[in-house]
Amino acid sequence: MKPFNNLLASVAMGLAVSVIAVPGFAETPANMLVIANRIDDITTLDPAESFEFAGSDVSRNVYSKLVNFDPMNLDAGYGPDLAESWTVSDDGKTITFTIAGGRKFASGNPIRAEDVAWSLQRAVILNKTPSFILTQFGFTADNAKDTIKADGNTVSITTDKRFATSFVLNSLTSTIGGIVDKEEVMKHEVNGDMGNAWLKTNTAGSGAYTVASWKPNESVTLQVNPNWWGPKPAMDRVIVRHVQESATQRLLLERGDIDVARNLNPSDIAGIEGEDGIAVDSELRGRLMYISLNQKHPVLSKPEVRQAVKYLIDYEGMQNSFLKGQYVIHQNFLPATFLGAVDENPFSLNIEKAKELLASAGVEGLEIEAGVREAQERLEIAQSLQNTFAQAGIKLNLTVGTGKQILSRYRARDLDMYIGAWGPDYPDPHTNAGTFAYNPDNSDEAQATGLLAWRNAWDTGGLTEKVAAAVVEGDRDKRAQMYHEIQAEFRETSPFGIMFQRIEQSGRRDNVQNLNLGGAITAVSYWPVTK
Amino acid sequence: MAIAEENSGGRRTSPPFVRWLITALKTLGSVAITMLGLMFVTFMIGRVMPVDPVLSVVGERASKEIYDAAYHAMGLDKPFIVQFAYYLWDVLHGDFGMSLLNARPVSEDIKRVFPATLELASLGTLFGVFIGVPLGVVAAVKRGSWVDQLARVVGLVGYSMPIFWLGLVGLLIFYGILGWVGGPGRLDIFYEDLIPVKTGMILVDSLLDGNWTVFKNAFSHIILPASILGYYSMAYISRMTRSFMLEQLSAEYITTARVKGLPERTVIWRHAFGNIKVQLITVIALSYANLLEGAVLTETIFSWPGIGSYITTALLSADMAAVLGGTIVVGLIFVLLNIFSDLLYKFFDPRAQ
Repeated sequence: MKPFNNLLASVAMGLAVSVIAVPGFAETPANMLVIANRIDDITTLDPAESFEFAGSDVSRNVYSKLVNFDPMNLDAGYGPDLAESWTVSDDGKTITFTIAGGRKFASGNPIRAEDVAWSLQRAVILNKTPSFILTQFGFTADNAKDTIKADGNTVSITTDKRFATSFVLNSLTSTIGGIVDKEEVMKHEVNGDMGNAWLKTNTAGSGAYTVASWKPNESVTLQVNPNWWGPKPAMDRVIVRHVQESATQRLLLERGDIDVARNLNPSDIAGIEGEDGIAVDSELRGRLMYISLNQKHPVLSKPEVRQAVKYLIDYEGMQNSFLKGQYVIHQNFLPATFLGAVDENPFSLNIEKAKELLASAGVEGLEIEAGVREAQERLEIAQSLQNTFAQAGIKLNLTVGTGKQILSRYRARDLDMYIGAWGPDYPDPHTNAGTFAYNPDNSDEAQATGLLAWRNAWDTGGLTEKVAAAVVEGDRDKRAQMYHEIQAEFRETSPFGIMFQRIEQSGRRDNVQNLNLGGAITAVSYWPVTK
Repeated sequence: MAIAEENSGGRRTSPPFVRWLITALKTLGSVAITMLGLMFVTFMIGRVMPVDPVLSVVGERASKEIYDAAYHAMGLDKPFIVQFAYYLWDVLHGDFGMSLLNARPVSEDIKRVFPATLELASLGTLFGVFIGVPLGVVAAVKRGSWVDQLARVVGLVGYSMPIFWLGLVGLLIFYGILGWVGGPGRLDIFYEDLIPVKTGMILVDSLLDGNWTVFKNAFSHIILPASILGYYSMAYISRMTRSFMLEQLSAEYITTARVKGLPERTVIWRHAFGNIKVQLITVIALSYANLLEGAVLTETIFSWPGIGSYITTALLSADMAAVLGGTIVVGLIFVLLNIFSDLLYKFFDPRAQ
């Protein structure tokens, strides 16, 4: 019995020690920002490959780009970053950037025009998933070295046809536009991979921070870059901890163990609102929730039916109930805050009007199949639609499945109706215009599965040409106006019912200032943060 | 004559070394077959589940060309059995492959996450054993008393209460309101990376490093999740202990011992408890194995970067190399614990030798 008693005593002693050791309310150090976020989507740190939200958050703070967004003034659009200025050739195909001198990478190597050109060539040659953001300008692995060239302290990029300068520059602000330290990366090249394997888990940038450690599904620690040319950030270290549960994030925030909680659900947001020392931020994101009708369906392709469906969505009801605090009504394909975005939302639930439209099209007793992925919010939207559609005599049969099951059928033009979400790939209007309203070849053989218009077998009429014209318009204001017009026509004629835009709500200790989460167009910026 | 015949023509007993060797080979053989079966089934499930591992890597918007390149690079264009044979060959050479999602060797990931679970489950099992066993014994000795009723209620609550809910309520009370324990995670951020990693178990590493500050902080973080896991384990262990003890206490040899005038303490602990040790070992080993593999929810609530949440995240992301690697390790631990309990069985029970 004696050993047993001794062990019990040890356990009791340990408990006592731990109780005494823990302080009351904690507070993070003044020079450190601690964030709770879900970071299990980070699969790589290589800017040529990274294409996820949490990865973009890291990349934005670690890699400089030719042009970038000012976190304190996102509305201004892109501005100089590594490029101090740029000129556009008369034919509109070549943009020549002048690289600012005297700047260094985190390694201490100078930033040369050669590094910039090589980084963009590398992203094209590696041909990873986000490479389409660059290859849409006609760059290929074969021509990359001829179309993206360094000369002295300038870099020129030549596209295969004239594009709007704003389109090219907006695209270069995305993660794939991150400039890497060629010398440092090439030290770690294996089998001609241009350092890809090494850069997956290491960084070689010139942004405000460097990655001190990345423990997958656990944490990312950023350390201030002593060679950064900007004003020294107030936060020497930024630690992003993976905390899956909203309730856990809330507890950590309330106890002061973290400064920011990024993934709070509506009930936890409601719980912390009004608490001393805590502020709640709402940020518009780029993700849109929409429904679409397959135009191969003989009834769904009738203009009156397309219009009727838009009156059978309970926008207000959903926004104010299960989507409260997560989505706002938005009926246009460009997310609010994008160049060319409009805020006109003409549709609301109107069963009688929908019935009239259906009657004028001679539709009676319609039964259709809608595909939806098994995600809570989508299922709730689907059930709401099922209810309102039924009131107008349309029977909506829901097919619920995994992403693979539903997407495969959607891409094969096999669903009558799709209920889903779409997020922009890069911060330019063409990212959404080029998929919702652009479909140059509507035949089955075209297999343009990346275009949402094609997936719904929708011949966009004149919109395809209008989108093609907008993407080459050099005047920024005129270009924005063109997107206004395209969206006005799209709202009335398309088989898409755009419903909502995502809002992300987060909680922060109110002593944390100047934290910009990036809105719909970019990722979070840590360098302006103060406490 | 009959005896002579039996001695000459009957079973010959082999020398102890040969017997030991045969037993060891049999054990190894059964472990190998079990592990092979486990790997095959897990590998097969990974190939038939309705998640596309290629899409997980390249994303939904990848072009067909990029998709096909990744499909080929991942070896998915080869026949299933060939894929399995390649995988088996790699595992035999200590290579679990690369995690599709974080581009690191799975073996490195497992080295990082397994010690976190081992530390948590071990402490949880210690709580379960040191509270559950005495509680079960007292409940059996004082059958029908308030102690017995209390043990029953505690056991019932432990069985029926979702561990997810228990964890959240525990965090709210002991961390959120009272501030008695550390929050989610293994350490406060200020203490991370302060001590050299030797075993990966922070309590052990901080002791080896002589860093009491880190030890105390790590203890304040582990105490709550370990107690919750320990409570779950204790509920099982105390019920089983009670049941085993009741069986022994009603046996005739106990009555004889009491009639002989032995002190009650000796009757209970030396005679009755002495005879249930063997059964208890199996119960504790199984409970330990369950905590090692089944702490997913606790790990999620407490942001504990252990193997349970590692396998779950990998499974949801179709990262089959990680799922397979994690499953093999958990399976191996399960098998090893079984062998260990068999050995203890033989040690405590001469009949089993």
